Amino acid sequence: MYMAIFILFAIMSIAGAIMVITLKSPVSSAIALIFVLCCIAGLFALMGALFMAALQVIVYAGAIMVLFLFIIMLLNLKDEILGEDEKKVTRVFGSILGIAFLLEIGFFVRRALTVGSESLMYPVPEQFASIEVISTGLFTKFLFAFEITSVLLLVAIIGAIMLSKGEGKTEY
Amino acid sequence: MDLIDIGITVGKVVIIFGALMGMVAYMTLFERRVIAFIQGRIGPNRVGFQGLLQPIADAVKLLFKEDVTPAGANKFLFAIAPMLSFIPTLLTIAVIPVAESSTIFGREVDWIISDINIGILFVLAVTAMEVYGIIIGGWASNSKYPLLGALRASAQMISYEVSLGLALVGLLMVTGTFSMTEIVAQQSSFLQWNIFKQPLGFLLFIIGAFAEVNRIPFDLPEAEAELVGGYNTEFSSMKFAMYFMGEYAAMISISAIMVTLYFGGWQGPILPSPIWFLLKVGAFLFTFVWVRGTLPRFRYDQLMRFGWLVLLPLALFNIFITGVIMVL
Amino acid sequence: MPDRFAGRLTALEMFGNYAYTGIWLLIGVGFVLVTFWFASLIRPQRPNPTKLENYECGEMPLSASYLQFNVKYYIFALIFVIFDVEVVFLFPWAVVYNSLGLFALIEMLVFLLILIFGLAYAWKKGALQWV
Repeated sequence: MYMAIFILFAIMSIAGAIMVITLKSPVSSAIALIFVLCCIAGLFALMGALFMAALQVIVYAGAIMVLFLFIIMLLNLKDEILGEDEKKVTRVFGSILGIAFLLEIGFFVRRALTVGSESLMYPVPEQFASIEVISTGLFTKFLFAFEITSVLLLVAIIGAIMLSKGEGKTEY
Repeated sequence: MDLIDIGITVGKVVIIFGALMGMVAYMTLFERRVIAFIQGRIGPNRVGFQGLLQPIADAVKLLFKEDVTPAGANKFLFAIAPMLSFIPTLLTIAVIPVAESSTIFGREVDWIISDINIGILFVLAVTAMEVYGIIIGGWASNSKYPLLGALRASAQMISYEVSLGLALVGLLMVTGTFSMTEIVAQQSSFLQWNIFKQPLGFLLFIIGAFAEVNRIPFDLPEAEAELVGGYNTEFSSMKFAMYFMGEYAAMISISAIMVTLYFGGWQGPILPSPIWFLLKVGAFLFTFVWVRGTLPRFRYDQLMRFGWLVLLPLALFNIFITGVIMVL
Repeated sequence: MPDRFAGRLTALEMFGNYAYTGIWLLIGVGFVLVTFWFASLIRPQRPNPTKLENYECGEMPLSASYLQFNVKYYIFALIFVIFDVEVVFLFPWAVVYNSLGLFALIEMLVFLLILIFGLAYAWKKGALQWV
């Protein structure tokens, strides 16, 4: 049962990912990407990392994809413009990268399946990625990293405003 | 898991789904009658006794309407957009406990579809998905008014989502759990209701809730004087009905969430628990209609400024105050 | 693991409840599809070019539906992403706040003050003003 659901989510996310790169309209691609992100959240939930699953949906599928859709609509890319851009070089280069990435995944899957000290497979600890564990760790052990994150977010705010507003004096 | 368990689960799902659909249908009539009463009119009272069959007549009418897809529209996205707006709303209902657990055929039955321990996060995640039905609907129509309405709606919803989330942070500090069932259990007596622990938080939450479900005074996306119908201008027949049902279901679900989080859920004296739950939800639904009959609409720049420069700082202040009080 | 989490459902026990969420989702999707299918059986279908035009208050559509819309929407979406991440950081903090106490409050105050500075900056630069 558990395995069946895992396979279902895995197939759905791979199918969605193929749709992201094959669909013509950028908005349809974005919707397919939202679907993929939700499926991955399902996979997280299946592993028991419920908090991660919720974050995946709230931040990636809920916030970042809205930004993506806004950009697509702002630029209003037409299918013809996108078609012209697709040169042969891009395809060849993309294929090479894709194959390299597949090989990399294959390598790690093989390593994970080997038994012994080389294996990457660990038993999932009790309370794996539960909210209590995450927050206790975040506010004691990884406190400095957490505080630095706020600086990172601050830089992101300032960067966003500078990029879109220039010096902040221009009227538009 | 045997036959009785499966039967009970099926029955529970059917009852909750049926109750929700019935409430959606009769909410439309309720709203029209109450608005009419506020404005000194009568409202629909012809179909059936006091207009009680009006929702059924409306449903039949919409079923028989021709379904027009504009020539320039993206057919597939145009077809799934109404679904994208209805399904997330439906999902939020799944984590709300609607009644006290009871014993049927010797089995303990919890009146909640799925009792998950990250209930509040689930609600927030699913609410974040609600915006896509509107953006996609407006974009797929390939028409000016729907696109404008969709943009406004999405910008508004994301702005108020932040305040909604921050208002909930204050509540989480008090309750210390994401589980809806546990939160209800904590509010066992009237004085333990979270509204008394989080008055400012509740105020922020209800304002955010009005904006999330696009109701007056935040109904900019469908400002009929400026944008015709907003994002759903080009939709007809069942697709339009699905948007409409989504909007009413969203009102019911957010009311149910407010009741669960701040007003003790299904708990109350004397009367049975489902009745208490319905009464409390009904009070909120009445508030939604009452506000619609009373307040004017915001201007768009006022709306955005209010969201970011009033609600957001207030929500942060609420977290700070809650934190200080809890430490003292 | 300390046993202060004892009594809570473990992830695998929770799995059953998620299955119910999935069933509920399927029922919702099924309901929508059946309604659409039923309506498509009984409704008329007589399209004509005028009917399929975009609605522009009865006028002929003037131009393509391309809209050059305000870049402000994009700025709001960007700021929203940042504050959404902030809210997400606040959730785990809020649930364990009771057990962490004063120290957690100070930690979060530092975090929030830095972000409030960002909000104030955005305010001052006029990024949060619509007009």
